[in-house]
Amino acid sequence: MLRVEDINVYYGAIHAIKGISLDVPDGEIVALIGSNGAGKSTTLRTISGLMRPKTGRIMYDGEDITGVPAHKIVGKGLCQVPEGRHVFANMTVMENLELGAYLRSDKDGIAKDMEAVFEKFPRLLERKDQISGTLSGGEQQMLAMARALMSRPKLLLLDEPSMGLAPLLVKEIFNIIKEINAGGTTVLLVEQNANMALSIADKAYVLETGRITLSGTAAELASSEEVRKAYLGG
Amino acid sequence: MDTLLQQFFQQLINGISLGSIYALIALGYTMIYGIIKLINFAHGDIYMIGAYFGFFATTQLGLGFIPAIILSMAGAAIVGIIIERVAYRPMRNAPRIAILITAIGVSFFLEYSMILLVSPQPRTFPAVFTPTVYHFGPLVANSQQLVILISALILMVALSYIVNSTKAGKAMRAVSFDADAARLMGINIDRVISMTFALGSALAAAGGVLVGVYYNSIDPLMGMMPGLKAFVAAVLGGIGIIPGAMMGGIILGVVEAMVSGFLSSTFRDAAAFGILILILLYKPAGLLGKNVREKV
Ligand SMILES: Nc1ncnc2c1ncn2[C@@H]1O[C@H](COP(=O)(O)OP(=O)(O)OP(=O)(O)O)[C@@H](O)[C@H]1O
Ligand SMILES: [Mg+2]
Repeated sequence: MLRVEDINVYYGAIHAIKGISLDVPDGEIVALIGSNGAGKSTTLRTISGLMRPKTGRIMYDGEDITGVPAHKIVGKGLCQVPEGRHVFANMTVMENLELGAYLRSDKDGIAKDMEAVFEKFPRLLERKDQISGTLSGGEQQMLAMARALMSRPKLLLLDEPSMGLAPLLVKEIFNIIKEINAGGTTVLLVEQNANMALSIADKAYVLETGRITLSGTAAELASSEEVRKAYLGG
Repeated sequence: MDTLLQQFFQQLINGISLGSIYALIALGYTMIYGIIKLINFAHGDIYMIGAYFGFFATTQLGLGFIPAIILSMAGAAIVGIIIERVAYRPMRNAPRIAILITAIGVSFFLEYSMILLVSPQPRTFPAVFTPTVYHFGPLVANSQQLVILISALILMVALSYIVNSTKAGKAMRAVSFDADAARLMGINIDRVISMTFALGSALAAAGGVLVGVYYNSIDPLMGMMPGLKAFVAAVLGGIGIIPGAMMGGIILGVVEAMVSGFLSSTFRDAAAFGILILILLYKPAGLLGKNVREKV
């Protein structure tokens, strides 16, 4: 579904991504783990078209999307929930969801998806007319995910969905991710919470200062000595 | 006492009509600032160009007021889009000061191109309305003032509708709040920015035509002072905040009218910039703004 081929990404003179390749097969959950500043968000931003790689290629659905602007990539069914949620805090929950469906014009389909999303996130339904800046962190994360689902993504990029959430809520969010994946959406999941990420992923990559240092099935990585030491707390 | 009160209300009427013109210009300032964080110093000149479009539409094409103002708004919208494309878009990622200097350059470019094209001589804007004076008890309002008020009101209601209730308006608000998040929704921010320039320029052009109708005289440098005043109005209401620009414009117009009426019209401009200094000192985010510090 998605193949990242040897990309190099810079912020000015800073070489943030140093020749990364990733493969995200159709229908799977692939985790990308690594510590602060490893380059996880930069990788997702590059896939989404918010940044351009200096070299390398990004293939999605059999098509080269390197350098395609972000707003066009969304239209191809590749949607990202960015780190820190980035909900439109000055707008209501409903307006945020409508913006998620910005590129669609099938009114009936949008209405149906809206219902489905509220079913998945009942808390949002209760708050649909609330200004989203006043939602709790967990609710904002749900809104950001719900908003992304409104675009009917085939591939969903999630950047640290568990960030700053209480353990119970993290569980809830991860269950929803599994549910979304079971519904046919491929997921590329960036996480610092390696434990949780590996527990739901099929496959995983470990990123360290701009390079992939390890990769394999989630089970392999979860039992690997190095990963346990560095990311799973022993 | 009675005459004092009467004068107060009279100046209120004058102030609100002048203020609605400031408001129309201030709206463009504030919308453009909201979306690309640029103080578009060329905005007052768009208002001037709008006045000339209105002038030629009435004198050369023989159009009436409503078709002339519509034509002028459309023309200015196109000019606004072109300016953004040619001058500001290439500077999108440049330091802010560079863009600000570009805006000043665009302002001079427009002013002196117009001097070249239409001559520096002031032109007499044709009287598109038979000047009628209406009496409301002891107060008088002329037909121009009523036209200004009604036109400004219609335009502001239309703008509020576009911004709050249409898909394009929602996209505008999204881009102005968080451009990257908006791109991740599939919003083409270049298009939204063009639309913002178009809307802002159209409103300024309407202001220009209305001023032509009101004062009967237009010239290529007419945009300088109202441009600055509208900037004050936008800052007064809280730059980037649409209702703030409307409010700031009206307040500024009323203050100026009161100062001219009760003190002397020589203090008028001083009052406007005095307001700017006060607001920057005591409420830098503007009347409707939240007080967060931001570096310009
Ligand atoms: N806008 C920027 N300008 C310059 N350098 C940046 C910028 N954004 C990120 N970087 C640098 O790029 C590197 C990778 O950052 P990135 O945000 O991708 O890391 P991350 O793995 O997502 O970290 P975290 O887990 O903290 O979110 C870091 O060294 C960071 O300092
Ligand atoms: Mg990150």
